[in-house]
Amino acid sequence: MSLLLRHRELALGLIIAAMVAGIGLYAPAFISAANIATVLNDTSILFMLVLAQMIVILTRGIDLSVAANLALSGMISASLAQHFPHLPVIAYIATGVAVGLALGLFNGGLIAGVGIPPIVVTLGTLAIFRGLIVVYGGGSQVNASEMGDVFQNFPNLTVLGLDAVFWIAAPLAIAFALFLNFTRTGRNFYALGGNPLAARYCGINIGRQLLLAYLVSGAVSGLCGYLWVARYGVAYSEIASGYELTVIAACVIGGVSIAGGVGTVPGALLGALFLGVIVNALPVMQVTPFWQMAISGAVILAAVVVNARVERRGGKLILPEARRSAGAAK
Amino acid sequence: MRVTLATSANFIAGETSPILSLTGVSKSFPGVRALHDIAFNLEAGEVTALIGENGAGKSTIVKILTGIYAPDQGEIVVGGAVRHFASPRDSWAAGIAAIHQETVMFDELTVAENIFMGHMPGGRFINRGEMRRRGSQLLERIEADFDATAPLKQLSVAQKHMVEIARALSHEASVIIMDEPTAALSRTEIDDLFRIVAQLKSQGCAILFISHKFDEIFRIADSYICLRDGEMVGSGLIADASEADLVRQMVGRPIDQVFPKRDIAIGETVLEVEGLSNPTEFADISFSLRRGEILGFYGLVGAGRSEAAQCLFGMSRPTRGAVRLNGEPIVIESPGAAIAAGICYVPEDRQHQGAFLPMSIRENITLASIASHVKGVFLSRSSEREATRELGRRLDVRAASWEQTLGELSGGNQQKVVIAKWLAVRPKVIILDEPTKGIDVGSKAAVHDFIGELAEEGLAVMLISSELPEILGLADRVVVMHEGRIATTFSRGAWSAEAIVSAATGAERRA
Repeated sequence: MSLLLRHRELALGLIIAAMVAGIGLYAPAFISAANIATVLNDTSILFMLVLAQMIVILTRGIDLSVAANLALSGMISASLAQHFPHLPVIAYIATGVAVGLALGLFNGGLIAGVGIPPIVVTLGTLAIFRGLIVVYGGGSQVNASEMGDVFQNFPNLTVLGLDAVFWIAAPLAIAFALFLNFTRTGRNFYALGGNPLAARYCGINIGRQLLLAYLVSGAVSGLCGYLWVARYGVAYSEIASGYELTVIAACVIGGVSIAGGVGTVPGALLGALFLGVIVNALPVMQVTPFWQMAISGAVILAAVVVNARVERRGGKLILPEARRSAGAAK
Repeated sequence: MRVTLATSANFIAGETSPILSLTGVSKSFPGVRALHDIAFNLEAGEVTALIGENGAGKSTIVKILTGIYAPDQGEIVVGGAVRHFASPRDSWAAGIAAIHQETVMFDELTVAENIFMGHMPGGRFINRGEMRRRGSQLLERIEADFDATAPLKQLSVAQKHMVEIARALSHEASVIIMDEPTAALSRTEIDDLFRIVAQLKSQGCAILFISHKFDEIFRIADSYICLRDGEMVGSGLIADASEADLVRQMVGRPIDQVFPKRDIAIGETVLEVEGLSNPTEFADISFSLRRGEILGFYGLVGAGRSEAAQCLFGMSRPTRGAVRLNGEPIVIESPGAAIAAGICYVPEDRQHQGAFLPMSIRENITLASIASHVKGVFLSRSSEREATRELGRRLDVRAASWEQTLGELSGGNQQKVVIAKWLAVRPKVIILDEPTKGIDVGSKAAVHDFIGELAEEGLAVMLISSELPEILGLADRVVVMHEGRIATTFSRGAWSAEAIVSAATGAERRA
């Protein structure tokens, strides 16, 4: 049990496995290969957004504008496809990423440059970005029929039973893991969130790190903007409305500390998978959407409570016998 | 209320029944015996010093007296009645008040609101007029120089202590516990505090005074209680004790209070600073520092020593002045640039400004020198582990594994890790800001030894310290600062304690 508590990723993985097994008993079709692929495909966008959000939360920040950014980037990317339907798909993707990056730069500039608290900045830009979609599109929407095949087919391209959207998320996750664990800049995010003042004394350029966090968050949101619009075949001002809360919830479930400085890539991914499984399972269990929201909320609170308990258990190891039992020294 | 009146009466009548007495108090925590068979009395109108090394049990006694812990055995008698404190409220009600080292108060509220927090005058609605009036009376009684309506956040640390004292008086406290009250105060503020302590004495309060500083104990205390490893190892009148006696009782062995100065060959000049200034904090700071040299920086708290050192470390930009490192002029734009150039700054508050609690020991130690562990694009774990092993062993960090998070270590080991982080940079110049602040006599000796070792290895050490014996014992030269400027510089042998102190207080200039 103590091993599980120490390795929360393992515990969360087992909980998800048990949950899937339980649902499988009720609806055997749920654990078919095809359905598991569906869950992974459906959760891929969440995987990516959660990783980007985690970097922001590591720095003691928060990015509430991710879903609005996604909607605006997706809208602009879709309208490019509407006017130029035969460009190579990379042009649409690049447009989404570029718009997302620009919006992230705006957030990051205000947070790192001007020094406004992240929650205030991104709450403001959330509204601005959503508003810009209406201004940009004149309140109209771009439908599937107007986007063209190149734009729409790519995210649903299937390789080895999994969609392209998954095959984008997977290498991105590996890149995030390498970045956070094995690069100087990645390590600095943990230091910055763990103790901002001490990080400054260590020579870490705090402004640069913060800006980078919001740039990453913006770029990933932009990428997901294209993927979301192309996958679901519609772009308008309300897509992914409120999805930022799902993203943040997945981080919390995955053990990313809102206080900053704590979080791992596997943890965050499992947090996203947990919500992905619930969202896909509840309809199978014939639970109404209203109950789905309430259940998701209850699960999030439960995760936070468990989190708090685990933190409290971790006392200092001062007694020699406690040090010995924690592992052999040196 | 009744308790206070009774004891005051006793005091006036010259009776000697103590206000508070402990008998046979013991307290254990799982695996640790914190206190064993403690017995002492606090008398009205007396200041009793509670002394002992860190971990001797002083704070456990404070926590028992203030109702945070309940003793396993023994009894507490206050004003003639046996008391059981189930909570801090009970202890307050019995007339015991504690003034803490780090003041815990409400910055956004007014002085009066802070004084009466938890027992504001009025019934369902607060009687603000009454609160202000009574607050002003209390402040007047201790001759405070600020208003009851002032917001707390505008007050200095010393003034906040006065608010806490007023708060204690508002409860008619007859026993006041002061837990290292002078740690953050300047000399004149300490004088003010001691004046109030004398006043409280004359009003019949019993004061339990906890301090690491012997000069304060000899100045203010009437008697003392000495703890070691949770046991009372001595008590008596201060008038009958010498400093050497107290030290011997605290550590259980005589400690050489005079620091052995190592004989170190001083090499070439490493750092030259000329006319470093900024508009509000310091001006015309010029000095040079050589290999193997320990340059002391002495001054009162707030003399601008830390600010000048932080500027040298790139935390702020000077408006004027030049810095040369190994003869080459350099501009230090950021702490990163300072570290790259070989200048390190170990901050005063090592816990808060140095420790990354959620990160592992390895990550903490390599953080400031992380550039040296980059192989290609990625960090090399094996190179990090090697550096961690080496420094962890050298500083004797006690941990189960190098991958343990720092938050799991004891405070002393956390401090070692923080220092290891700076040594990992292999600096040429190391700036130590108050390296022994708040640590006990035994650990101090170890730190002094370590500073000597650094100099011996050829580092140039800039030692900022407010403890004169430390400067006198360790430094080769001392720069004395007063109100943001260098008052004077003394060389070893050509100084006297009196000359240094008078320069630091600005006495020479005024004369």
